[in-house]
Amino acid sequence: MALDNESFEILLATIQRFIRERLVPAENHVEDHDEVPEEIVAEMKELGLFGLSIPEEYGGIGLSMSQEGRVAFELGRTALAFRSVFGTNVGIGSQGILMDGTEAQKHEILPRVASGELIMSFALTEPDAGSDAASLKTRAELDGDHYVLNGTKRYITNAPRAGAFTLMARTGGPGASGVSAFIVPADTPGLRLGKPDKKMGQRGTKTCDVILEDVRVPAANIIGGVPGQGFKTAMKVLDRGRLHISAVACGTAQRIIEESVNYARERKQFGKAIGEFQLIQAMLADSQAELLAGWSLVQDVTRRFDLKPVHESDPEVSMRASCAKLFCTEMVGRVADRGVQIHGGAGYINEYKVERFYRDVRLLRLYEGTTQIQQIIIGREMLRSA
Amino acid sequence: MKLLVAVKRVVDYNVKVRVKSDKTGVETAGVKMSMNPFDEIAVEEAVRLKEKGVASEIVAVSIGVSQAQETIRTALAMGADRGVLVETDVAVEPLAVAKVLKALAEKEGAQIVVLGKQAIDDDMNATGQMLAALLGWPQGTFASKVEIADGTATVTREIDGGLETVALALPAVITADLRLNEPRYASLPNIMKARKKSIDMLKPEDLGVDVTPRLTTLSVSEPPVRKAGIKVPDVATLIEKLRNEAKVI
Repeated sequence: MALDNESFEILLATIQRFIRERLVPAENHVEDHDEVPEEIVAEMKELGLFGLSIPEEYGGIGLSMSQEGRVAFELGRTALAFRSVFGTNVGIGSQGILMDGTEAQKHEILPRVASGELIMSFALTEPDAGSDAASLKTRAELDGDHYVLNGTKRYITNAPRAGAFTLMARTGGPGASGVSAFIVPADTPGLRLGKPDKKMGQRGTKTCDVILEDVRVPAANIIGGVPGQGFKTAMKVLDRGRLHISAVACGTAQRIIEESVNYARERKQFGKAIGEFQLIQAMLADSQAELLAGWSLVQDVTRRFDLKPVHESDPEVSMRASCAKLFCTEMVGRVADRGVQIHGGAGYINEYKVERFYRDVRLLRLYEGTTQIQQIIIGREMLRSA
Repeated sequence: MKLLVAVKRVVDYNVKVRVKSDKTGVETAGVKMSMNPFDEIAVEEAVRLKEKGVASEIVAVSIGVSQAQETIRTALAMGADRGVLVETDVAVEPLAVAKVLKALAEKEGAQIVVLGKQAIDDDMNATGQMLAALLGWPQGTFASKVEIADGTATVTREIDGGLETVALALPAVITADLRLNEPRYASLPNIMKARKKSIDMLKPEDLGVDVTPRLTTLSVSEPPVRKAGIKVPDVATLIEKLRNEAKVI
C-alpha cells in the first residue's frame, strides 16, 4: 500500500506549502489562545490531512509508512498542536480498526475518519496503568449482547474533539490476554470527560480524562469481533505510532536547527556574528549530525516496516521502531536544549520559537511509550533473538 | 468553450539558485522543481472560469522534459481536465514554445490561451506576446482581472503607473500577473483524482515545429556581491563624496 511517487511528490509539495503559508504564521496564535483556529481545522479537512494513512478504498490517501514518515517530518517543522488535530485519525485512533477490524467496521468508520467528519481518539492509559498497559483496570462485563464498561482513562489526546474512541478494557482475566479493544462512540450515555489537562507545552493540543460509568457498548463493537485481542492490537498500533513520532522529532529538530542557524548569523557579540565562534558552531554541528543520524534511522525502519505484511507484527521491526523512537526523541531533546543555549537569554523568552519547541518536544520522550519502555523492548528482543 | 493553459517546470521559488561552476547555466541537478508561480495563477484563473460556467474544458500544456508531467499533474489536481506534454530535451526558447502552443491551440480549437506573464527561471516575458502575434489573436497581458461575456474578454492590465482595461474579441491570449488571484491548494483527494486524468504525449515534430534554439548562451554569472557602505562624519563630507567620488550630483 503506497501512493505512486509522482502523486506523492505533489502531495508533499502541497503539504509543505500549507505548513509554510498557513500553519507557521499561526503558531503564535495557537500558543496564545491554546487553540487551533476553527478555520485552520476546516482547511485541514478540505486538504485531506485526516485521511493520510487510510487506504484509498476507504476514502483516504493510503500512504505507506515511509511516505507517512516524510509527511510527519514536515509536520514536525511547525507547532506540534497542528499535527495533533488530525494525528489520532492518522495514527493511534484509527489504525487498530484498519489493522484488526472487521470489514463492516472498516466500511462504517474509516471513510468518516478519512474525511475528518469523525475524530478518533485512542484510550489506553489509566490512572494506575501507564507504561504497564497490560494491567489496565477498566472493566467490560458482558450483559446480553452488550458490554458494560466502567473505569477511567487518563491523558487522552483529542478526547474533547473525539466522536469515538478506540478504547481498551478488560473483558477477561488479568494480564494482556484479558484486554479487548472497543469502538466507543463519544455520545454513549455514561461516558463523560474530565477537565482539560494543563500541560507544560504543546498548547493547542487537547487532552483530558475519559470517565466511563455503566457505558453500554454493543459486543459487535469489539475490534475484529473477538475478545482478548486488544493488547496485541494496541501494541501493533504503537509500533506504527512510534515511527510517526520519530519522524516528527526529526522535523522539529530540523526547524530548531534552522532557527538556531538564523539566530547565530544575526546575533552579534564581541563585534561579530556569534555563528563565527567555534563553540557555537560545535553546538550546531552536533545537532546537525544527530539529526541526520536519526532521520537515516527513521527512513531505514519505515522502509522495513513497509516490506512486512500490513497486519503482522515483526519483532525485529518493532525493536528497530523502538530504537528510532528512543534515539530521535532523545535527540530532539538535546537539539532543543542546544537551540536555547545558542539563543542565550533570548532562548528563555517566549518571543523566540526555540523556547516553545523546548517545552513542546519534552512530551515526545514520554508518549507512545517512554524512553525507558523502548529500552526494555529493545533489550528484551536482543536477548530473545540471540 | 475550451481553454488552453500553459505550465512550465522551473526551479522552485524557495530554492537559492546557484550558477554551475562552468558558467553554462544554473544548477538543476537534485534541485526541487515546481510549477512556475505565474502559471499557477493562470491555472487558477482557468479553473475559476470553469467553475463560473464560462469554460467547459481546461487543457494543461507543458513543453519540456518528461518530468514536466508532474507539473501537468499538479494543474490536473488543481482542476484542469486533461494534459498534453510536448516532450523535448532541448532547452526551449519563447519563440519555439509560442509555435508549439499555436499548433496546439489550433488543434484543440481553444478559445482562450492563458499563460503566466513570465517564467521565474529566465524571466523572458515573451511567450504570450509571441503566441498572440503568431495566431493573430488579441492579447491581454499582465492581467489583474478577467471577465468573459458575449464573446469578449475584458482584461484589466497592470501597467506602469496604473491600470488599463482592454476589451478583446475572442479568441484571445491572456497572461496572468501576480494579483490576478491567489492559487488554491491542490487538495489531497484531488491529487488522487488527478492520477486518473489523461496526459497526451507528443513530440514537437508531431506538431511540425522546429524547436532548435536560436540563441546561444555565452556565459552565466552570479550577480555581483553588494559591497558594504561607509559612514561619513557629516553632511558636508557626504556632499563632497557624492559630487567627486560617485559623481552623481
